[in-house]
Amino acid sequence: MEVINKAKSFTYYRRKVVNIIMLFFSFAAAIITIIPLILIFYYTISQGIAHLNVDFFTKLPTPVGEPGGGMVNAIVGTLILIGIGGAIGIPVGIMTGTYLSEFGKNKFGSLVRFLTDVLSGVPSIVVGVVAYTLVVIPMKHFSALAGGVALAILMIPTITRTTEEMIKLVPHSYREAGLALGIPKWKTTVMIVLKTAWKGIATGILLGLSRAAGETAPLLFTALGNRFWSTNIFQPIASLTVYIYEYSTAPFKDWNDQAWTAALVLIILISLLSLIFRIITRSKYKT
Amino acid sequence: MDMKIHEQSEVAAAVEEIKVHSRENKISVKDLCAYFGKTKVLKNITMDIPSKKVVAIIGPSGCGKSTFLRSINRMHEVVGGTITGSILLDGEDVMKLDPVYLRRKIGMVFQKPNPFPTMSIANNVVAGLKMNGFRNKKALKGIVEKALKQAALWDEVKDNLNDSGANISGGQQQRLCIARTIAVNPEVILMDEPASALDPISTAKVEELIFELKKDFTIIIVTHNMQQAARVSDYTAFFYMGELVEYSDTKKMFTAPDKKQTEDYITGRFG
Repeated sequence: MEVINKAKSFTYYRRKVVNIIMLFFSFAAAIITIIPLILIFYYTISQGIAHLNVDFFTKLPTPVGEPGGGMVNAIVGTLILIGIGGAIGIPVGIMTGTYLSEFGKNKFGSLVRFLTDVLSGVPSIVVGVVAYTLVVIPMKHFSALAGGVALAILMIPTITRTTEEMIKLVPHSYREAGLALGIPKWKTTVMIVLKTAWKGIATGILLGLSRAAGETAPLLFTALGNRFWSTNIFQPIASLTVYIYEYSTAPFKDWNDQAWTAALVLIILISLLSLIFRIITRSKYKT
Repeated sequence: MDMKIHEQSEVAAAVEEIKVHSRENKISVKDLCAYFGKTKVLKNITMDIPSKKVVAIIGPSGCGKSTFLRSINRMHEVVGGTITGSILLDGEDVMKLDPVYLRRKIGMVFQKPNPFPTMSIANNVVAGLKMNGFRNKKALKGIVEKALKQAALWDEVKDNLNDSGANISGGQQQRLCIARTIAVNPEVILMDEPASALDPISTAKVEELIFELKKDFTIIIVTHNMQQAARVSDYTAFFYMGELVEYSDTKKMFTAPDKKQTEDYITGRFG
């Protein structure tokens, strides 16, 4: 009996020790994960806050050497670009996801699912080239529209797969309940299934929009950039990310500083977008 | 000549019988076979369901009870089943009716209460009407009250009709689902083990409700609970391995069944 107890206590302590070690590693990994994010926040805020003033949100960029000025054209430009991207990407993504989940249990569905996954792995610069070929070449000049198309292509895989996964989580019994009430299948899908999964889908949309808002490479080939005020979607348009790229690589100190501010504004913009989305999609009932 | 008269009266009698038959029987099932892929789950079921009565279907798990119930309003299609033979609702073949229209006439209550979580109690009740384009707010309000009263739930929820349908107790949820089914004004209600997920008190309430509902509706109820079948139904059908073993008056079924198999099942010797 004594021997068994000793053996037991040995395994017991070994288990405790292993447990502590593994817990430590997991915790360390969690810390490593958040360090880059904290650093990003720290640097953007500390470097960018200096130029963050009303002018930045109301004035156009100034020529080299002239201090001050802002990036109102780029802020509006980024909003227009993700607006166009969302207008195309959100409906296509949601409908594709719905198709895959509700009607995609066949070969075509598997093919679409596979290609969507491939698309989400395509480098964004390649997507930019595709949009260049599809929109810029036929129009013969760069445009906000072309940029929006590129961003839409980048958004679609995220929105599609999130929508599909979220809809799959809706219990089958709700679909049956709808159908058994004599509600046609399409109405059951839209008004019951999509509505129930809406919160999760909104998260997918948000991920898609945030990713699109942070893209630079595809915009270089499509929206190009614009130093002047423009809201015409058929003309080149400015964007925060392209400004960040140009200003941070330029050999002028005040441009570099403004690039930091642009980065800070972009982060604030995405956070605001996220917040607004959370408020809009907040449901009346806890589910 | 004599022969002919005899024949004629026989035909007349047969026609009369069919007339009586169709008047009393809400649903007529003939040679019904059901398949999932190549598996045959129902074998030549023939039975009539009388109007405004409660028919209980009993039998061990996997005997085809639920499939039988689902094929009546074509919900078997939703889970990928196929059927042969015929099911007539008031003389009309259900396979020839539009399933959406058919399901408005034949409602269904499921085993697990499944109120729509994104809707309020009131909206759950009228979900079927609203989603089919019925928008008269005043009328809807009246229907909410009437259906909830019929489902014996009105007194418990009348003060919080705008709360979520998913935040009430399981027994209340199931009665809400029954109210939701009634609100569409069907003729037949199918119940697939409606009380098996409920506690005894809620079960008793649902059973009382079934007793009330048969004044207005024809009810077919699948149950695992023999006492429940004996309490609520007028007729009982015993299914075993996809076959209809016995179908008769509930009293007779539970006191003097014709088949040994039925007796063995009811007395708990197998299943």
